[in-house]
Amino acid sequence: MSQATTSPFAIPTAPRRRASGLGDKLFGWACVSAGGLVLLLLGGIILELFLGGLPAFKAFGLKFFWDTEWDPVKEVFGAGVSVYGTIVTALLAIILAVPMAFGVAFFLTELCPPGLRRPIGTAVELLAAVPSIIYGMWGFFVIAPLMAQHVQPFLIDTLGELPLIGALFQGPPFGTGLFTAALILAIMILPFIAATMRDVFEQVPAVFKESAYGLGSTRWEVMRGVVLPYTRLSVVGGIMLGLGRALGETMAVTFVIGNANRISSSLFGPGNTIASVVALEFGESETGSLKLASLLALGFILFLLSFVVLAVSRYMLRSRLKH
Amino acid sequence: MSVSLTGSPDPHRDVAVAASLGRRRKRADLTIAVLSWTATAIGLIFLASILVTLFIKGLGAMAPSVFTEVTKPPGSGGGLLNAIIGSLIQVGLATLIGTPIGLLVGTYLAEYARDSTFGNIVRFVSDILLSAPSILIGLFVYQLLVLPFGGFSGWAGVVALAILIIPIVVRTTEDMLSLIPNTLREAVIGLGAPKWKMIVLICWRAALSGVITGVLLGVARIAGETAPLLFTSLGNNAAQYALNAPMPSLPITIYSYAGSPFQDWIELAWAGALLITLAVLLLNIVARTLLRGIK
Amino acid sequence: MPPLNESPAEVPNRDGAFGGLKVRESAGLNGNIRVQVKNLDFYYGDNKALKNINFNLPDRQVTGMIGPSGCGKSTLLRVLNRMFSLYPGQRATGEVLLDERNILDDSLDINDLRAKVGMVFQKPTPFPMSIRDNIAFGVNLHERLPKAAMDERIEWALTRAALWGEVKDRLNASAMGLSGGQQQRLCIARTIAVRPEVILFDEPTSALDPISTLKVEELIDELKRDFTIAIVTHNMQQAARCADQVAFFYLGEMIEIAPAADLFTAPKEAKTQEYITGRFG
Repeated sequence: MSQATTSPFAIPTAPRRRASGLGDKLFGWACVSAGGLVLLLLGGIILELFLGGLPAFKAFGLKFFWDTEWDPVKEVFGAGVSVYGTIVTALLAIILAVPMAFGVAFFLTELCPPGLRRPIGTAVELLAAVPSIIYGMWGFFVIAPLMAQHVQPFLIDTLGELPLIGALFQGPPFGTGLFTAALILAIMILPFIAATMRDVFEQVPAVFKESAYGLGSTRWEVMRGVVLPYTRLSVVGGIMLGLGRALGETMAVTFVIGNANRISSSLFGPGNTIASVVALEFGESETGSLKLASLLALGFILFLLSFVVLAVSRYMLRSRLKH
Repeated sequence: MSVSLTGSPDPHRDVAVAASLGRRRKRADLTIAVLSWTATAIGLIFLASILVTLFIKGLGAMAPSVFTEVTKPPGSGGGLLNAIIGSLIQVGLATLIGTPIGLLVGTYLAEYARDSTFGNIVRFVSDILLSAPSILIGLFVYQLLVLPFGGFSGWAGVVALAILIIPIVVRTTEDMLSLIPNTLREAVIGLGAPKWKMIVLICWRAALSGVITGVLLGVARIAGETAPLLFTSLGNNAAQYALNAPMPSLPITIYSYAGSPFQDWIELAWAGALLITLAVLLLNIVARTLLRGIK
Repeated sequence: MPPLNESPAEVPNRDGAFGGLKVRESAGLNGNIRVQVKNLDFYYGDNKALKNINFNLPDRQVTGMIGPSGCGKSTLLRVLNRMFSLYPGQRATGEVLLDERNILDDSLDINDLRAKVGMVFQKPTPFPMSIRDNIAFGVNLHERLPKAAMDERIEWALTRAALWGEVKDRLNASAMGLSGGQQQRLCIARTIAVRPEVILFDEPTSALDPISTLKVEELIDELKRDFTIAIVTHNMQQAARCADQVAFFYLGEMIEIAPAADLFTAPKEAKTQEYITGRFG
């Protein structure tokens, strides 16, 4: 294939460079190692939390999981109060947040005037971006007084009078407590759940919705009859994702939970969550002490809780991604 | 009644029944709609309340001294300079360390392991780390880098923040690389390029703006994190920026000031809160605008 | 090299053949064979997609490959530059000889092979960079050229791809700003800049408008002076216009191969006859 190099149609000649497979091998190894590093990180976290908490597990045994005593003087610690607080605030936050999140998602997908859709959607997403310590401060300085002066007295007078659930709404209206913490958490996780719901609602193929509308359905009927059944798994997955975040929230809760080591019968009473206890008591724990080990053991329990919830949530959400 | 062979089986519609059903259905629809409008309004009101509170209380305490003075004991004036610088250093280093790792993992997932078991496990773990409580990451780094070395340090804080940003970069990188059509990859390979060049020179380039968006969102997330720093860099009231000792940071300073009984400290906490929120919101808006340009 | 008859001949109207179609007169195939395919089987997993293919690409001729969807013509094309090696689960057995070397051999330097056997795809794939960098990209993989030589190579490649006049003033502009037809010609320029011996075209004009299609076909006619060309097309008229020899594929087998004029006017196999008269497709 040699022609004169002066002709415009000739193929120019120049020596070729030899290729080697070294670049591919090195790069491939770098990528795989990075993946392995991520696995090591998770393994390390589980391991360190467990090892750090081991002295406490050894000292107190299985009782640690539900014992409600937390006495630094007697050196007796139990996870009961914190676990109770963690689960109650998180569940209550979900109960408060999910209907609101659904309303927001329904609004954004069906009711919102097209021009407003993006700004309002962005505004909701920005709620998710606010750092949790801001929520904590705002909760403490703005919401807690509001709760103390208006909301809690109101609820005590109304719901507090009802049989059975009335017991949940008793007590002096300090403004802080489990309920306030749950409320702040609810506002924090609302945008996550709403955004997930909105995303999956929008993914429902238009044909399905149009067939329902074509039969004369109202918007709510289309949502209830077509969209929600179609997106059921992902909606639950999104809710569980919110739950997972609520379980581990520290700063938003620490300011308003009241920081008392007891399980009150009323939702307005003070309490603790695992995250708030660890954050507040860490500074006062000596290295190597049983108290520190107990805090790490609490961290391990929190990790187990979050892991299960997040794993389930992911399973439900990933099946949507496969479509 | 004779059966009609044309038209519908029973040509008589019961108008009254349909109408009453229709009214009830419309009422239900309207009720849900009103509730949804209300829910959205409530959400927006909360956002507005947060922003307004921040602005009123934060601006009130804002002064040049916030940026020029370091933190001082209550009653002696002071600002947030060392906290701001400490945060910038820790967040910056964490991003520098975490982004390449996240980029490589995301590349691994998108280019080498779309369907392999190992890849699926890595993907799963990355997703867990993405939403795991940040306080636990702090405890982990405490066990790893604080206890054995006998003290809190800026490095520990950097590592904790890096661990937090990695899953964000992983997710974004994988998503962006997956958007690239296979024909482009084949065109590069068809020219005789080795796989690593295809990835680095073409795929990364095509995914660049998307990955940058992810990094920006990651920075926004770790800039506001307090809990992990409690157990790693601890915070510092001096203008101490060496990484092998406790380092000041804005979230920690805000946390200790806001919980204190001193009015001037609380005001400074609001100023700091306003600063952080503005920075975080700005990063988010920039990132989302970039992202919309891509999609 | 025997002179080619440049002007296409009219085919008299005949029942069962394409009336009025311009077909290249049999040019008498050049004796040299560039690529030899021997006893080639190809598998997607357990599914045998190509069955015992025996087939040659004559040097500096255009070989057209036609057949209905799913017949294996694209699959065969993608064997010739080992594109299938990207995907696990796809494998080929048999021999494909390029200059006496079996390219299916594991010890072969695949990147070097792809420098020798270039491919233009159905969808234009400009890289996200300037026009100049698009062309330089492939060259830099295999050669170290000083700036002057690189500029010369870029101009040469763009000229041969009939794009130079349109882009010579904006070589630093992004390639994404070109029209579809221009992008495809850019991809062709990018492929030939690497100086391959063989160029594979996989339905290169199916995403283009008629005018760009014509330009690309003229280009192929031009390029075959220096490159051996194989072109997969679902457009029989295109095969008739462009190709010197045409192979017809059906269900993974090569049914017939003949000089273009012969295949379209007097096919030997019944299946070929049915396909070109539109009985199926």
